[in-house]
Amino acid sequence: MALAKVNEEIQVGIADYKVTNSPHRLITLGLGSCVGVVLYDSVAKVGGLLHIMLPDSTQFNNVTKPAKFADTGIPLMIDHIKRQGGNPHRLTAKLAGGAQMFSGLDEKFVLNIGQRNAAMVREILHKIGIRVLAEELGGNRGRTMIFDTANGQVTIRTIGSPLKVI
Amino acid sequence: MSDHQVLTETHMDVLKEISNIGLGNAATALATMVNKRIDMAVPQSKFLSMDEVMQLIGGLEEVVCCVSLRLEGDVPGQILFLFNLNSTFNLVDTLMGMEHGTTQELDEMGESAVKEIGNVLTGSFLSAIGTMTGLNMVPTVPMFATDMLGAVLSTSLVAGGYVEEHILMIETLLFEDHEQIRGHFFLITKQGSLETLFGSLGLTL
Repeated sequence: MALAKVNEEIQVGIADYKVTNSPHRLITLGLGSCVGVVLYDSVAKVGGLLHIMLPDSTQFNNVTKPAKFADTGIPLMIDHIKRQGGNPHRLTAKLAGGAQMFSGLDEKFVLNIGQRNAAMVREILHKIGIRVLAEELGGNRGRTMIFDTANGQVTIRTIGSPLKVI
Repeated sequence: MSDHQVLTETHMDVLKEISNIGLGNAATALATMVNKRIDMAVPQSKFLSMDEVMQLIGGLEEVVCCVSLRLEGDVPGQILFLFNLNSTFNLVDTLMGMEHGTTQELDEMGESAVKEIGNVLTGSFLSAIGTMTGLNMVPTVPMFATDMLGAVLSTSLVAGGYVEEHILMIETLLFEDHEQIRGHFFLITKQGSLETLFGSLGLTL
């Protein structure tokens, strides 16, 4: 019974994040233009998965859900990892998402939001000094991201392709 | 003030009724196109969080085809049609006059057939509402995506600028008797555009 619990996947919703110790698996389903950010301390084996929708919270007044944005979500999750016993200086990152899902000729339909999300996540991690070990960003496919806190492996599921471990 | 705070039960009922009339027209158009009887569920109008929206239709990893059109004019908003993969193939077969089961993946032709369905349904939806309200609503060219439901739906909402905590969604299910075709319709309105819609019917917000 204990084993079954260990293997359970903890779901991370859109504009949300979860932090957990090992051994657990965190999963977020169907990333499109959104970006999934995994941060992991491989010594303490503590990590988190964040599912952001938008790059920049300063474009909005009245931000009630900081996990929605790259600029507010990443610091929020780092703080939580710290409280769970992780060392912020040991954190490394793995990223997925930021795709362009739609095609068509409507010029006002914002196509590059995935790109902007990805760029902002990279920029913020760079500023904080967190190294990105691997990423699956861009393209035009939706992705599901599964993060195993036991070993830091991130598995990417896409429609019509085999699983990929990064 | 957001629409959220001022909408009463009556307003929600009116939205449902307007959608009912518009979608009745759209369902008829679809039935004519595919020469099959198309039914629709009673439209729901609700404020939903992004997570609740995702859970409306089914599994986040289910493969769907999505046609998304923006609305311009008096009532800015967005219309989405989501069909599961099987329904999409059946729709394409029927429209192209091919034997049932022929289409196994969407090529460019199939994609443009699905977009055209989105065009026709949106057109008939809007014309019914336009006649009733006297408002001018113009759809833009359709955008298309096919992939995991979660990826497609979240991306279309973000791209349309619908990123508030709660989104007013008018939603219904269109389906064919034998479940060969099953699709979801969504209407999302921009903040402030409801006032115009209600105003045209003599209601205030």
